Amino acid sequence: MIRLNVILLLAVLLCSLGLVTSQHKARKLFQALEAEQERARQLEVEFGQLQLELSTWGTSPRIEKIARDRLRMNMPEVGKTIAVSPTGGSTR
Amino acid sequence: MIRFKNQVAHKFAESPLLRLSLPPWRSRLMALLLLASFAVLIGRAFYLQVLNNDFLQEKGESRYRRDIEISASRGRIADRHGDVLAISTPMKSIWAVPSATTLSPEQTRQLASLLETDAKHLAQKLDKEKSFVFLRRQIPPPIADQVAAMKLPGIGQDKEYRRFYPTGEMTAHMVGFTGVDDKGLEGAELAFHQQLLGQVGSRSVIKDRRGQIVEDVGSVKPPQDGKDILLALDSKIQYLAYSHLKQAIAENKAKAGGVVVVDVRTGEILALANWPTYNPNNRESLSGAQLRNRAVTDTFEPGSTLKPFAIALALDNNKVRYDTIINCAPGRLTIGSATISDAHPHGALTVAQVIQKSSNVGAAKIAALLPAQKMWQMFSDIGFGHSPQLGFPGEVSGRVRPWKSWRPIEQATMSYGHGISVSLIQLARAYTAFARDGDVLPLSLMRVDAAPTAGTRVFAPKTAREVRAMLEMAVLPGGTAPKAQIPGYRVAGKTGTAYKLENGRYNKKYISSFVGFAPASAPRLIVAVMIDEPSAGQHYGGDVAAPVFAGVMGNSLRTLGIAPDSPLQVAQSQKPTPATKAKL
Repeated sequence: MIRLNVILLLAVLLCSLGLVTSQHKARKLFQALEAEQERARQLEVEFGQLQLELSTWGTSPRIEKIARDRLRMNMPEVGKTIAVSPTGGSTR
Repeated sequence: MIRFKNQVAHKFAESPLLRLSLPPWRSRLMALLLLASFAVLIGRAFYLQVLNNDFLQEKGESRYRRDIEISASRGRIADRHGDVLAISTPMKSIWAVPSATTLSPEQTRQLASLLETDAKHLAQKLDKEKSFVFLRRQIPPPIADQVAAMKLPGIGQDKEYRRFYPTGEMTAHMVGFTGVDDKGLEGAELAFHQQLLGQVGSRSVIKDRRGQIVEDVGSVKPPQDGKDILLALDSKIQYLAYSHLKQAIAENKAKAGGVVVVDVRTGEILALANWPTYNPNNRESLSGAQLRNRAVTDTFEPGSTLKPFAIALALDNNKVRYDTIINCAPGRLTIGSATISDAHPHGALTVAQVIQKSSNVGAAKIAALLPAQKMWQMFSDIGFGHSPQLGFPGEVSGRVRPWKSWRPIEQATMSYGHGISVSLIQLARAYTAFARDGDVLPLSLMRVDAAPTAGTRVFAPKTAREVRAMLEMAVLPGGTAPKAQIPGYRVAGKTGTAYKLENGRYNKKYISSFVGFAPASAPRLIVAVMIDEPSAGQHYGGDVAAPVFAGVMGNSLRTLGIAPDSPLQVAQSQKPTPATKAKL
């Protein structure tokens, strides 16, 4: 009778220690998940900021200014353009 | 009991004198009472723990459980290609509880320099007996982190969003802006506020001693970010419209102006530019004039741009043919006590030439053939007098008086666009009837993926084609607007030069307009231009508004990659349009 009780007691102790460690592990993992989610949010924010930057750098006035001033580009003059139709024929 | 001989000796306790004569029910009653009170306790415990445990549960949880709000960002506004026009990024706001704040002068100075404010001003703010005060709103997160690192008592921060508009003043009227608390105040921000708005989420968590989240408890309500809105706007075309308008306003010393570009196939508004405009990122000194989205909220008497409608109605009802001769000599027509006159007197003109030369007398004579009700019905069908239903704040319906009260002179003036008021966007929409085969489409601010097959029919297809040919003549040499020509494309359109009505009198102030479409063989775009009070010498629609049209239309067609439909020689009399060469 006593032996059985001791064995049961040991089993309970083991189980509760197991519970403690698994809870600990769960919390560790949860924190890792939290951190990753936070990172995801940060990246989302950064994505937004980069998008903002992209569209700020890519506004048409800026493109036109650079094309005209720095790259010295011009509108093609009349007669210098050839229209190409999708079928391959060209009209001049 | 000790028994002696013949004698019974009693223990003291058993002395008969001391014997209690308690009735037996008393002890039982006591036991019962005790049991009953235990039962009450157990019952109460059962009630608290099992039946009605919410209260205690909540009290218990509140010791370790925290509710956290998860913020949601407002949706983006982008143009039809997905280029961002408005976007929210997180910012921080710094607040203080003045009564709990005790700062050394050194700390105040340091904080003031971080917040880029005056130290004296900051000290004043913190001195007041208020329970809460914002020190600075919408500062970049890195600076907020520096403030947090100072660990000042009574000073905290909140996360909030700030809206940025990378395209700035170019798209200001189209996109609009939001207020500090993310509320849409103008333009698409207001029109689509409900869709753009995010839903804040929440979760309850258990935090440990160090403030880290250890566990989720209860259900998580995920935040819902606002939906992204794809406008019909094409930012390249918008830029073309905006820059050409700006240039024309400067050249003509005009007061205001507007340009609208509409896709003929879908009714999408590809561009909508107004002048004056403003920078939505910096709204410190805004005036009402800058804020007004004129193309939508202002009506004007359109002038001759309305002539094709009365003439199309007459063609539709077989009152005239395109080659019917109308006698416009001597350039004046008296109806009742009023006289209508032409800017340049003409002789006998065909109906087509009435449009080409833009004769008021001719238009009035043709309108006289039509019943007032029919004309009113046509104006109504084409959208005049009705709000365009775009959802834009402040859109106006314009003014078309009920036909029953029309006098003959009014019907005559309406045929050439006086005595009726419309907005630029209504005018652009009305021209879809000619650009398409006689039907008008509802306009759309949002990108339309499936083109509607047909709109509301106003004119017969044959009539629309005939008017299209007449409108093409107006742009050719001999018409009113040769400056609207675009090399390589066939163009159709109509000029308008209207006197401005001020205090009930027509003054020497004008509104010049031009509405047209191209390529005329298979119309793809409608461009409507309105210039208010040009005052640099020229005021005719053909001189002021037509070049803007040519610049916007020509470049837009090239941007969209639409094949030229005319041999280039036609336009060789003209140099490449001034707008294409001009430096913007």
